[in-house]
Amino acid sequence: MLAFIIRRLAQSVLVMLFVALIAFIVFRYVGDPITAMVGVETRLEDQEIMRERLGLNDPVIVQFLRFIGNAMRGEFGISYRLQQPVTELILSRLPATLELAFASATIALVFGLVLGVYTALRPRSFGSAIIMAASLVGVSLPTFLIGIALIYIFAVELGWFPSFGRGQVVDLGSWRTGLLTESGIRSIILPAITLSLFQLTLIMRLVRAEMLEVLRTEYIRFAKARGLTQRAINFGHALKNTLVPVITITGLQLGSVIAFAIVTETVFQWPGVGSLFIVSVQVVDVPVMAAYLMFIALVFVLINLIVDILYYVVDPRLRVDGGGAGK
Amino acid sequence: MTEPLLSVRNLAVEFPTRHGILTAVQDISFDIMPGEVLGMVGESGAGKSMTGAAIIGLIEPPGRIARGEIWLRDQRIDNLPPEKMRKIRGRHIGMIFQDPLTSLNPLYRISDQLIETIRTHLPVSRDEARKRAVKLLDDVGIPDASRRIDDYPHQFSGGMRQRVVIALALCAGPELVIADEPTTALDVSVQAQIIEVMKELCAEHGAAIMLVTHDMGVIAEAADRVAVMYAGRLAEIGPVRDVIKDARHPYSQGLMGAIPRLGESLERLVHIPGSMPRLNAVPPGCPFNPRCPKVFDKCRTHRPATSEIEPGRRAACWLYPGVTEA
Repeated sequence: MLAFIIRRLAQSVLVMLFVALIAFIVFRYVGDPITAMVGVETRLEDQEIMRERLGLNDPVIVQFLRFIGNAMRGEFGISYRLQQPVTELILSRLPATLELAFASATIALVFGLVLGVYTALRPRSFGSAIIMAASLVGVSLPTFLIGIALIYIFAVELGWFPSFGRGQVVDLGSWRTGLLTESGIRSIILPAITLSLFQLTLIMRLVRAEMLEVLRTEYIRFAKARGLTQRAINFGHALKNTLVPVITITGLQLGSVIAFAIVTETVFQWPGVGSLFIVSVQVVDVPVMAAYLMFIALVFVLINLIVDILYYVVDPRLRVDGGGAGK
Repeated sequence: MTEPLLSVRNLAVEFPTRHGILTAVQDISFDIMPGEVLGMVGESGAGKSMTGAAIIGLIEPPGRIARGEIWLRDQRIDNLPPEKMRKIRGRHIGMIFQDPLTSLNPLYRISDQLIETIRTHLPVSRDEARKRAVKLLDDVGIPDASRRIDDYPHQFSGGMRQRVVIALALCAGPELVIADEPTTALDVSVQAQIIEVMKELCAEHGAAIMLVTHDMGVIAEAADRVAVMYAGRLAEIGPVRDVIKDARHPYSQGLMGAIPRLGESLERLVHIPGSMPRLNAVPPGCPFNPRCPKVFDKCRTHRPATSEIEPGRRAACWLYPGVTEA
């Protein structure tokens, strides 16, 4: 188990180094950062001084090592646009994105599981038919369209929820939360639903397919033949086996929820990392883009690691060294 | 004479399909006495597994029991509501499946599966259930049972897993165990052991066995009586010695003739020419008539019922007086 975790950690470091390389190349070669920073009137000599001061004249390999060294200390330079340390910038935006991602992942997971199990257990019912049809809409409509439709219906026409922003926020040390105020809660509902809808349908369809598969297996028949209750079979034996593949997908989807919150954050003007990224792209704020890339990679790597460890917890067949006598 | 433990009366199992209704089991009647081992033989698709599934109430929809009755002692069980039938499964009728590698839930410890089953049916504490489970594992011949009980299925070999399956089928003390090809998926070298363990344990618990198999060797070794099935019908049923030595139905004669015997030199293995008809193409008259070496006119038009031809023996063949039309 420990050896496995160490091995996976080593792999994670490799992946991060590779992403760092890409981030660095982007940082170094997408456009000229100096031209992006300065106005037309800046003299060439001044530009040259800036270039020297930012270390842009050093050999590429030195710059890369410096980039990695800084990245490890959490330093990604100064935002060209806002003249603020990038890390600070991202950290100040992070709570908004994480809260949104957490809320929508919870919605997706809870409803995905419940609906998936329901449609698998009652495959021929009217309710299942409706849910399956609705889920097709969920997977095929683009996120921005769902967001705009929700804004139109629930914010503009019905006026139940605000159409943009985070509402009232409360400072908890360095964490600025919107989940403690009424307006904050009301504000997060529409974007969270928007962001969760795709994952929800995905998880639901996956759970349904897996569960139907599991319900056909011999060990479920044998469980029935032993007279176990329907409840024990469906929610114990079948559901636990269904969860193994669902964990992977759900884990990866959680990564994408954070990474692809961009669209939702833009539609709802949610002050998170995603909207920061979009603005940064528009003005070629390279340090922010590079840091964002690294941050998303880190999220994915971490989630993958957790998913792998969860496998161990759920599936005893993977615990080679654990669990008693062996063969 | 004692009361039969299980009585199957004129059982028919049907599967509605787009091309009409398939009859997988047609008009089958037999009894199983307490503690008796009844062998069920026949080719694949003859309906033997389906009969077992019908008895324990696990026919996969859209299949259904179309006609007939199944009685467990004095209780009719073929039309019980699902919750009542569930309480009979495991508690009164146990079942052993073919493939031990897939019969056990891979994510649960053996102990959890045993204790869960025991406590579903019997009002005992976890500790008592565990003791009972260890004892059972010991009885089915799992060495070091008190320690191995907390292992997961993948930590056992195929033969050992089938022993666990037997323990699971027996753990709530059923009076009847339906063993559906219990050794087919196993190594030849462990088949005999498994049959032995199953027979011994059932005898000890006073449980009857319905042993479904296509292996005549297993039947000869383990069964008291044998029922030969063909195309969803009972061709012949009788004491296993009599049927092996002196089969009456030409199909069972063919089956017995096809058993290779040690010490006999054969040019080729004996077989019955032709193959069993598909369920949607069973010929009129006796279903065996196209392959039967002793076929005569009546066989092609009239269907024989499985009738008593001498005390304790029944066959569905016009060769014998007293056989009625189905």
